[in-house]
Amino acid sequence: MSTYDRSMSLAGPPANIQWHQKLSILLGMFGLCIILLAGFNVEFPNRGLWLTTALTSIFAGTVWFSWDLYRGKYPGIKNDKVWFRSISNLGLGGWLLGIGITAFYIILYFYPEYLGLAKKGPNTGIIALFDPLSKMLSGNPASQWFVYGTLYTVGILAFGIKFMWKYRHNRYERIRTMSVMFFQTAFAFLIPEFMARLNGSSVLQGGSLPFLDLKNIWPLNYYNFESYRVKGFLSSGDIGFAMLIFAIASVFVITPFLTYKFGKRWYCSWVCGCGGLAETVGDSFRQLSDKSVRAWNIERWVVHSVVVFVTLMTTAVIYSYLGNDTSKYWLTKKTFLIGVGVLLTAVFALVMIFKRDEFKKDAKYGAIGYLIVILALIGFHFYSGDGHVFLFQSGTLRKSYSFLIGSIFSGVIGTGFYPILGNRGWCRFGCPMAAMMGFQQRLFSRFRITTNGGQCISCGNCSTYCEMGIDVRAYAQKGENIVRSSCVGCGICSAVCPRGVLKLENGPQKGRIDANQVLLGNDVDLMNLVNQK
Amino acid sequence: METIVIIGNGIAGVSAARHIRKLSDKRIIIVSAETDYFFSRTALMYVYMGHMKFEHIQPYENWFWEKNRIELVRGYVDHVDVANKKLLIDGSRALPYDNLVVATGSKPNKFGWPGQDLHGVQGLYSKQDLDLLEVNAPNKEVCKRAVIVGGGLIGIELAEMLRSRDIPVTFLVREKNFWNGVLPEGESKMINEHILEHHIDLRLATNLKEIVSDENGKVKSIIIAETGEELPCDMVGLTAGVTPNIDFLKDSGIELGRGVKVNRFLETSAKDVYAIGDCAEQHVAIGYRRPIEPVWYTGRMMCETLAQTLCGNRIEYKPGHWFNSAKFLDIEYQTYGWVFSERGRKDYEAQFHWRHPKEKICVTISFHNDTQQFLGINTFGIRMRHEVFDRWLTENRDMDYVIEHLIDANFDPEFYKHHEAAIVAQYNAEFNKQVKSRKKSLKRIFVSS
Ligand SMILES: Cc1cc2nc3c(=O)[nH]c(=O)nc-3n(C[C@H](O)[C@H](O)[C@H](O)COP(=O)(O)OP(=O)(O)OC[C@H]3O[C@@H](n4cnc5c(N)ncnc54)[C@H](O)[C@@H]3O)c2cc1C
Ligand code: SF4
Ligand code: SF4
Repeated sequence: MSTYDRSMSLAGPPANIQWHQKLSILLGMFGLCIILLAGFNVEFPNRGLWLTTALTSIFAGTVWFSWDLYRGKYPGIKNDKVWFRSISNLGLGGWLLGIGITAFYIILYFYPEYLGLAKKGPNTGIIALFDPLSKMLSGNPASQWFVYGTLYTVGILAFGIKFMWKYRHNRYERIRTMSVMFFQTAFAFLIPEFMARLNGSSVLQGGSLPFLDLKNIWPLNYYNFESYRVKGFLSSGDIGFAMLIFAIASVFVITPFLTYKFGKRWYCSWVCGCGGLAETVGDSFRQLSDKSVRAWNIERWVVHSVVVFVTLMTTAVIYSYLGNDTSKYWLTKKTFLIGVGVLLTAVFALVMIFKRDEFKKDAKYGAIGYLIVILALIGFHFYSGDGHVFLFQSGTLRKSYSFLIGSIFSGVIGTGFYPILGNRGWCRFGCPMAAMMGFQQRLFSRFRITTNGGQCISCGNCSTYCEMGIDVRAYAQKGENIVRSSCVGCGICSAVCPRGVLKLENGPQKGRIDANQVLLGNDVDLMNLVNQK
Repeated sequence: METIVIIGNGIAGVSAARHIRKLSDKRIIIVSAETDYFFSRTALMYVYMGHMKFEHIQPYENWFWEKNRIELVRGYVDHVDVANKKLLIDGSRALPYDNLVVATGSKPNKFGWPGQDLHGVQGLYSKQDLDLLEVNAPNKEVCKRAVIVGGGLIGIELAEMLRSRDIPVTFLVREKNFWNGVLPEGESKMINEHILEHHIDLRLATNLKEIVSDENGKVKSIIIAETGEELPCDMVGLTAGVTPNIDFLKDSGIELGRGVKVNRFLETSAKDVYAIGDCAEQHVAIGYRRPIEPVWYTGRMMCETLAQTLCGNRIEYKPGHWFNSAKFLDIEYQTYGWVFSERGRKDYEAQFHWRHPKEKICVTISFHNDTQQFLGINTFGIRMRHEVFDRWLTENRDMDYVIEHLIDANFDPEFYKHHEAAIVAQYNAEFNKQVKSRKKSLKRIFVSS
């Protein structure tokens, strides 16, 4: 009997575990309640103080909760009971949460007046609560986007800490998370606010810059080259000009170079804000992504359609504000269109010449189809009048993109459906930036996930926890490397693999996808024989 | 059209079907009793722990079988009639075959302990065992203590599973240190420590005497042989190894030992009958391998060979260099080549052991005393590259070379701390050498591609 007691105390959880969890949840809820009350127009006397209290409580509550969750546990994979909890197994909890977040996004995008946004005069409600912070940073009153940005950043920071505790044995995950936390706080949140202070000042030669998150690259930032923004850049002296150049270089030089060196993970899992939220706040939902081949087919059609859409739309928008006269502006409507056509054709030709074999058949048909569409539409231009581009009004095209993709897809569905589609629904099905980098990752990149010979036991942890819905196991159990355009390089498949089968790495392109390199354990003669087929 | 019937839809049977389909158009039928579709036995633990649902441990979507024209029959084969080339399924249906592949796997060992068939006593092998575990040990209220008998890989997995639901576990291990029939002592001891860290009541050098029943025929306690101590418990897990699951072949005339006897072509004594996977027993062991190798990888490897044979290119089963892996709670283990425990140590085998001063990380490398030839490596808490060690073993590299290039073999995720410097330093000190660690070279690593 004595031993029984002894190991009972060894095995039993510390008695205070319960109240730690309850109190931490209470604290977080308290913070949320303050914000909610402000939403119902409860007047807080000292808004600065109450806002600080609210944000601190939410942050501290989350961090406390996670500390309690992982303390006293040996470092390692912490996926126990994931599929037993209704919030993370598509149960009632998940659906309720999904509906809740979706509702928030609908209000945010379409009914900001309910958050207290005033067209004239001072803000009220939640937005007013955030006024003091906004004034402190940029000097301006808050907007719904400021509220959203602040909560977003607090979310990434608090859940980022949780994520780092959860994966504290894994330095790749820890460093990567520090990186997204940094980019969100500095680049997405603080710097643009500070820059707003410069508007109208002599540094910008009296011009004013558009709100710019420097790491937010076209086509994710689909509006970056719109007329008012380009005018803003050009009106703001050398700094503005440098930023415009940087924005263009990001698309055509920096992104392709880094994607070649490291795969698209340099952006999707290390820099991007959407990715940052998905990896931190959304981490508990990564297992919900659909791994079926059917989902993969849908993904390829949808995401590539978005690429075509955004390319068309951007071309149309830029086209519509360019002039016809070279004397005013070196770039005219015509040269621009020809430029786009030449660029697309060049990319397409290069792929066809150098990467024909790696291109799966269906992708090839898709590419040909799309290329024809784009070229044909550009052709239409020559038969269409001013203001119209192709068959459409450029303004209409832009508005529908911004509504369908910018708001509904990336916000409402992308984040609101975390508990239903998994945390990377947007990144997988909608993000044109991810699709374009993915295309490059598949064809011109040093990145791959190496499969460790024959060590795979087909357990399925990697596939289950791949947020992009990649059936990692399907490759690993055959001894093949994983080179998939959608892989964001989060590294979780490698982390959860119980047999050390997967390693994200950059290496020579030669032999990267070679399925003949299978080393499943048989002797060399048989391998040669199998490979001859 | 020629019909190939495979008994058993485990990794062996299913891989055989896949490889045969790749090479030919023959009719393929898989008969199996346990589940409708293939699942990964090695992942059963993750279902109980809530990491995955059962559907996630099925490596192929359900449409896969029809699309590849692999016919699935759910049923138990009671009898094989080799004279007439027929099977009997569930005592009623007869199924003729042209070629028969026996891939029926294993079943948990029971050593005749008193009370081994009581309610609440179970093994961990099949889907049914998993379902039973949900009845016997759904939570710590129903199962106030579990006792696991047998300190092997399945035993420690079962312990981890039960601990994930906070069920107190007593772990009876016959050996002096955990799994030390296979692991060298330093490693065994490190795992002992780690088991205790997970609040598992580890009892080394302890045997089970009997399982005691309550008035309803359910387990009430167990008695330990050495001390006579009686431990109350609600569930007993028997995980003392496995035996080939071949009782249904006893009257078939096929030559049996512990398993189905096969030659190097995986042919049994009966014409057109083959055996692969856990249930196959080699007449003569291959190299240092055991005649029966109940591991995932061998089942998979045998199929590649057998598929060739069945499709007209008769070749021998020639496994390459030995490798294996496992996970002990949070510590990953990999092995390449042969590293023997004290018990199995060859007289020419020398070993070099390095252990991290604080963390649970260690490496044991074995080499030939006289020639210094590298023979094998065990690693705990460091991932290593299969391809690189396979190459070094083939190239008969010596110890200095391996130590010098160890960094090339590292397979840990990027940014992990490296331990090569410490390993090299200790090697130099211990053997009075001046080996210097090379810089990692992608050229050397990817040389074969
Ligand atoms: C919990 C657990 C963890 C493991 N972990 C690892 C690991 O990490 N690494 C590793 O290398 N190995 C591991 N193993 C061992 C590995 O799973 C086996 O070696 C492997 O599954 C054997 O495959 P098989 O195809 O030979 O047989 P099985 O997978 O046993 O398949 C045989 C099938 O045939 C069916 N069958 C048997 N007799 C009949 C009959 N008469 N009629 C019809 N059907 C029949 C059975 O029901 C079964 O479904 C583990 C085993 C277990 C139980
Ligand atoms: S394949 Fe692995 S690294 Fe890539 S997205 Fe999926 S889990 Fe992340
Ligand atoms: S997690 Fe590892 S062992 Fe499991 S299926 Fe994936 S690669 Fe294979």
